Amino acid sequence: MKKPFFTAIPSIFTLILVAAFGFTTSAQHSHEAGHDSVQVHSDSTAAESHAGGEEKFNANEVIIEHVLDDHQWHFADHLVMPLPIIVYSSEKGLEIFSSSHFFDEHHNKIEYNGYKLEGRDIFLTSSGEKVLDLSITKNVAMLFINAAVLLFVLLSVAKAYKNNAGKAPKGLQSFIEPVVVFVRDEIVKPNLGHHYQKYLPYILTLFFFILFGNLLGLLPGAANLTGNIAVTLTLAVLTFLITNLSGNANYWKHIFWTPGVPLPLRIIILPVEIIGIFTKPFALTIRLFVAITAGHIVLLSLICMTFIFHSYLVGIGASLVVLFINLIELLVAGIQAYVFALFTSLYIGMATTDDHH
Amino acid sequence: MEFLTPGTGLLFWQIVIFVSLFLLLAKYAWKPILSSLKEREESIQKALDSAEKAKMEMASLKSDNEKLLKEAREERDKILRDARTASNRLQEEAQATAKKTADKIIEDAKAVINTEKQAALRDVKAQVAQFSLEIAEKLIKKNLADDKSQKELTETLIKDLKLN
Repeated sequence: MKKPFFTAIPSIFTLILVAAFGFTTSAQHSHEAGHDSVQVHSDSTAAESHAGGEEKFNANEVIIEHVLDDHQWHFADHLVMPLPIIVYSSEKGLEIFSSSHFFDEHHNKIEYNGYKLEGRDIFLTSSGEKVLDLSITKNVAMLFINAAVLLFVLLSVAKAYKNNAGKAPKGLQSFIEPVVVFVRDEIVKPNLGHHYQKYLPYILTLFFFILFGNLLGLLPGAANLTGNIAVTLTLAVLTFLITNLSGNANYWKHIFWTPGVPLPLRIIILPVEIIGIFTKPFALTIRLFVAITAGHIVLLSLICMTFIFHSYLVGIGASLVVLFINLIELLVAGIQAYVFALFTSLYIGMATTDDHH
Repeated sequence: MEFLTPGTGLLFWQIVIFVSLFLLLAKYAWKPILSSLKEREESIQKALDSAEKAKMEMASLKSDNEKLLKEAREERDKILRDARTASNRLQEEAQATAKKTADKIIEDAKAVINTEKQAALRDVKAQVAQFSLEIAEKLIKKNLADDKSQKELTETLIKDLKLN
């Protein structure tokens, strides 16, 4: 248990750093916003009278809108990509239509075909019942893009191995190869021992999915895929299922009848061990979700400061800090992929290890 | 709290996409990549091993050569030594036989000379006796040619008889 703890230190440290930075900037922001609220207000009233009904800039809404999932892809104010809505209800069956039907030409929400969009959920107008929403939302679209990029990159690398057999790697192949070798030799082999080959494809897929998701998420206009709890939850549940389905007798024995523990202590140990089974995927879910979402929130808060203060100086300062945080985010993207793959192989390794006592 | 409530749509698509991505990648990407990586590592390891083996073989060959050379040298020395002793022995033997033969020849010669000598001596003795007889005969014949001498002899003989 020593090794993973130490390797997790950088990511924990980065998280604390990012979080602390986020808190201080937001605290500063609210503090200063209080001072400047009068000025901002007078500015916005001037703007309102000028443009006629233009809304006051709301940083919170911008940030939340970016970080959360949506039924349309909002790149800029007048650059919105409608996405397909797929809904199923027992009343109306399966229906597919464009999300642009939910908005009129002034971007106001309207009802369409007996459906209405409230918040991020779709309801039936007739009964007010919530429908089963399988829409291609922003994050689902991002998921498709991520999967397509992964397939393209890795299949072309696999092809390169076939065409380039017995020769030194080149191009994309020599970029991906060290990563694959790293995952195999540094993450999977030390934790899984001799039966590592069985789990290697899953952990490699996991690692590359998270890495590419994190990196693509940092692109301007991209969605926050790996910072969405549905995504991290799915990955963690898959790891949970694999861990517990491949758990050997030794693993279960350790949980239900931990060796070398006096009987009275078992009353405490047993619930702790059973809770431990579930805290593992929970920690995986939260760690990745928080690390990526926090990063996005910090970046967006800093960018929003420019618009709150209406100042070039703040803009330049914020851009420099954003550049710095972006570099940290690149690091975090790799670290989080590493940590997720590492903990997955560690958990599977603990469940499949032979008895050493 | 909207952060912490996973959307059903995304959940559904994430499962579908991730599982199919895993299946596709496992079959079409990881399998060829990992197998060729392993193959290459094995071939590199094999090349290293065979280089090491060749080096060992070279070393053993060299030591073998040296051993062979040493053996050859030893054998040469042994042969030379043997030859020397053999030649010495032969020489000694030859000398010994030569001496023995010479001795025998000399002995034989001595024996022959002796017998010849004996024979010659016998012959000479016989001839001397012959000559003595002949001389005595002649002397007797001459001395006893007259009566007086015959008488004198007779007298001497009788004198001898009387003495006895």
